Amino acid sequence: MKVNGRAVDDDVEPTVVLVDYLRSELGLTGAKVGCETGQCGACAVSVDGRAVKGCLALVVQLDGGIVETVEGLAPDGALTPLQQALHDEHGTQCGFCTPGVVMAMTDLLATDPDPGEAEIRAGLSGNLCRCTGYQSIVRAVLAAASQGTADAPAEEAASDA
Amino acid sequence: MPDRVLGAALKAREDVGQLRGQATYVADLAPPGAAHMAIAGSEQAHALIRGIDTSAAEAMQGVLAVVTAADLDGVLMPLPCIWVPGGTESHFPPHPYGVPGARPVLAGDRVRYVGDPVAAVVAETPEQAARAAAALRVEYEPLPVVLRADEAVRDGAPQLHDTVPGNLNARWTCGDREAADAAIEAAEVVVELDIVNQRTVNSPIEPRGCVGAYDPRTEEYTLWASTQSPHNHRFLLAALVLGIPFTKLRVIAPTVGGSFGTKGYLYPDMALVLHLAKVTGRPVKWSDSRRGLMTSTVQGRDQRQHATLAGTRDGRMTAVKCVAHANLGAYPSTIGPGVATALMGRSITGMYDFQAGFCEVTAAFTNTVPLGAQRGSGRAEAMFMLERLVDRFADEIGMDRAEVRRRNLVPADAFPYDNGLGWTYDSGDYAAALDRALEIAGHGAGTAERRAEARARGRRLGVGIAGYVAVCGVGPSTRMSKEGMLGGTWESANLRVHPTGEMTLTIGSSSTGQSHETVFAQIIADEFGVDPATVEVAHSDTGGSPYGQGTYGSRSFSVGGPAALAAARTLKAKIVRTAAAMFGVAEDDVVYADGAVGVPGDPERTKTFAEMAMVLWYDWDLPRDVEATLDATSYFDPPDFNYPFGVHIAEVEIDEETGAVEVTRYTAVNDVGRIGNPLVVRGQFEGSILHGVSQALMEEARYGDDGRLLDPDLRSYRLPHAADVPFFQLDQTVTPTPHNELGAKGAGEVATVPAAAAIGNAVCDALGVAHLDMPYTPEKVWRALAADRGASTGKEATRS
Repeated sequence: MKVNGRAVDDDVEPTVVLVDYLRSELGLTGAKVGCETGQCGACAVSVDGRAVKGCLALVVQLDGGIVETVEGLAPDGALTPLQQALHDEHGTQCGFCTPGVVMAMTDLLATDPDPGEAEIRAGLSGNLCRCTGYQSIVRAVLAAASQGTADAPAEEAASDA
Repeated sequence: MPDRVLGAALKAREDVGQLRGQATYVADLAPPGAAHMAIAGSEQAHALIRGIDTSAAEAMQGVLAVVTAADLDGVLMPLPCIWVPGGTESHFPPHPYGVPGARPVLAGDRVRYVGDPVAAVVAETPEQAARAAAALRVEYEPLPVVLRADEAVRDGAPQLHDTVPGNLNARWTCGDREAADAAIEAAEVVVELDIVNQRTVNSPIEPRGCVGAYDPRTEEYTLWASTQSPHNHRFLLAALVLGIPFTKLRVIAPTVGGSFGTKGYLYPDMALVLHLAKVTGRPVKWSDSRRGLMTSTVQGRDQRQHATLAGTRDGRMTAVKCVAHANLGAYPSTIGPGVATALMGRSITGMYDFQAGFCEVTAAFTNTVPLGAQRGSGRAEAMFMLERLVDRFADEIGMDRAEVRRRNLVPADAFPYDNGLGWTYDSGDYAAALDRALEIAGHGAGTAERRAEARARGRRLGVGIAGYVAVCGVGPSTRMSKEGMLGGTWESANLRVHPTGEMTLTIGSSSTGQSHETVFAQIIADEFGVDPATVEVAHSDTGGSPYGQGTYGSRSFSVGGPAALAAARTLKAKIVRTAAAMFGVAEDDVVYADGAVGVPGDPERTKTFAEMAMVLWYDWDLPRDVEATLDATSYFDPPDFNYPFGVHIAEVEIDEETGAVEVTRYTAVNDVGRIGNPLVVRGQFEGSILHGVSQALMEEARYGDDGRLLDPDLRSYRLPHAADVPFFQLDQTVTPTPHNELGAKGAGEVATVPAAAAIGNAVCDALGVAHLDMPYTPEKVWRALAADRGASTGKEATRS
């Protein structure tokens, strides 16, 4: 399979789930393990363009797949428009659910570039956040959607704190 | 840059790494050569241990060590409890150092709850450790189980601890019992409620974890842990658990994925990874699972209250009384006993000026997971009780619920205000907060029409108001000692200015998502008139910090912030003194303004902050009494707590067919004094509200009769999703506290305090019932609707 553009060739035990493999074998610790049962969504990554829960996907199912993790979304020093909007709205506090939220909402915006509040809330049905009350996340996705979803990453604003 | 950096909505610098997946949490650490630990927890809620057969586990592939309580005798002392609220009776398990209150790291002859750790295994991989832990054979002799505090203190109840007769940890009171009883006796109107404030599983999205390391050459231990109190844990673990020199333990908290009270506690796993790192000669890593967290980590709330409110027919509330049973779980957690007593009991008067108040809390041990803080702890339990009573009282006398509240508010000119139960409210304008909340919520306007309109859609609309005062800014050390806290509760900061003018502020409190690095940089940058980007903020490493206490009780900005400000002011005074000597003028002739110091109107005799940093770095030609460099450490111990307040108004619609409760509007006006960063504080408010809403609507740690959790993971333990809430309508009033130079009050947890009460009042309003206990699950609400339908047609509801 390909992970963040890099070819990965490996023999993997059939019981290994994707998030564990990414974290322990590839050192990609952006995706988090929060519940192991598919509820919290902190482990979400993109597989063949769609957000998938990394705790439910077996690595052996992904032979030939294109995997993208939160680390692969924007080059160093940059944020995608969605990530920038989440920064603008402070849509991350402890940050543990954040990679999964970013992957789920990246998928949503790719599928529906102009979602309304209800679509965004429905799109977050696979993610749990205990810090934000979802308020700043939904605001950020609305803002990102209204700006359009150009692929070009925005430069990180230098005037930040 | 805005005129004032402090108070500006700067974007949080912590966000960026998190959004890129680059923030490092404890589970992300991979120390070279690390081995992995698994913990075997009790399968019984209460049993004697007849034996543990470790032979099969020890023989398994990859296993490096297996330890049980017998191996820890004389090696690891029990975990201490450091909040001992006292009362007329006070009983704890023993600790060899005489600290009142403890739990063993591993259960020895007896287990007291399902999950009580009985053994730990270290192996080469996490999977090998888990398999070996599962292969341990523990022979139990089951004992009777008790799960409720009120049942635990009855005659004949199963006994948990030999040193705690009748399972009674404390019988604690505050206020004037006789005065309250007399006022109730004489009152025109008395309303009473029996309330179960249900137990919850706190559920940060990051489960806990830790890594222990030991260097045999230096005999130094290092603990990386998801903790909100690294300094406290260093002290307690070194001095009271491992019995090693303070200098031989360093505690580091990497990025912590939420806490909400749960990660301020000592846990057996912390001591075990340190000990087993020494035993195995390897770094030892432990990562909890979600299922593990449900029993490994303190749970919240869990009180049964009998509450009474007395008043007059014309709407004056005269007395409030609460007699409660608090369920501490199987062992006293690090600060659990204080949470269940003082934080609840002293808070029951809320925003109102009662003539008399009294609270008695009976805190007892049961065969459940140890109790600790959950966001808003104690105060949320008090406010749910009080604000439900106020609605009952208003209904009883037929007065508008907002009007009853208004008539009884502590007036704005009454501060400082002694609430009669031990709190002295610092400042406030409660009427302004109430008025603002009512205005934003459009209270009263068109409510009747909207009720009718909802009814036509098969939905019942309800509105709930709840005010609050939440003691925060823990706290004044002397005062906390009188509450039974065995430790200081000050906070600290070290500010070191580098030769280039950049700075490192090292603070004693730690972030678990509150953007300390951003907000504390604002305090310093604002004071010096420099760019906040030049202020680096370090925290959460006892190797590099001054001492500190940690993040709890909404204290970081209002207790740690003033310490940082004081350090900056010390250095500012030194800059002025040095500049005056350099320029050959009196100190009074030198002014520090806009990032520079000098003689006003004299550019030749003006230097920037960075230039002065270099001057003091070189230390050339300076007076002998000016020490080189700019480096200061300050401690702040506040003169008293601070008391944020506010009013929340919830509107709900209940589906008559399903009993589902939908929160359709939520208005919150909070007053936390001066705010350091409105973007960050807004986030704290919004998250806090959802915690309270979540308890009201769905959360409950349900135990079966055998002491097992019925909802042992997130497949059935419900947490709220984005679609469970609308956008909240927030506003604030700003009433500074006189107790610190920032004028700041606690903000991190306060909006949780009234939220469950606002929902509870709205649901009871919609249903037209005197009271319904949380959580307002569809089933429970549907049953209430069915009973109502049965009553309205003159017959019992039989469908259930």
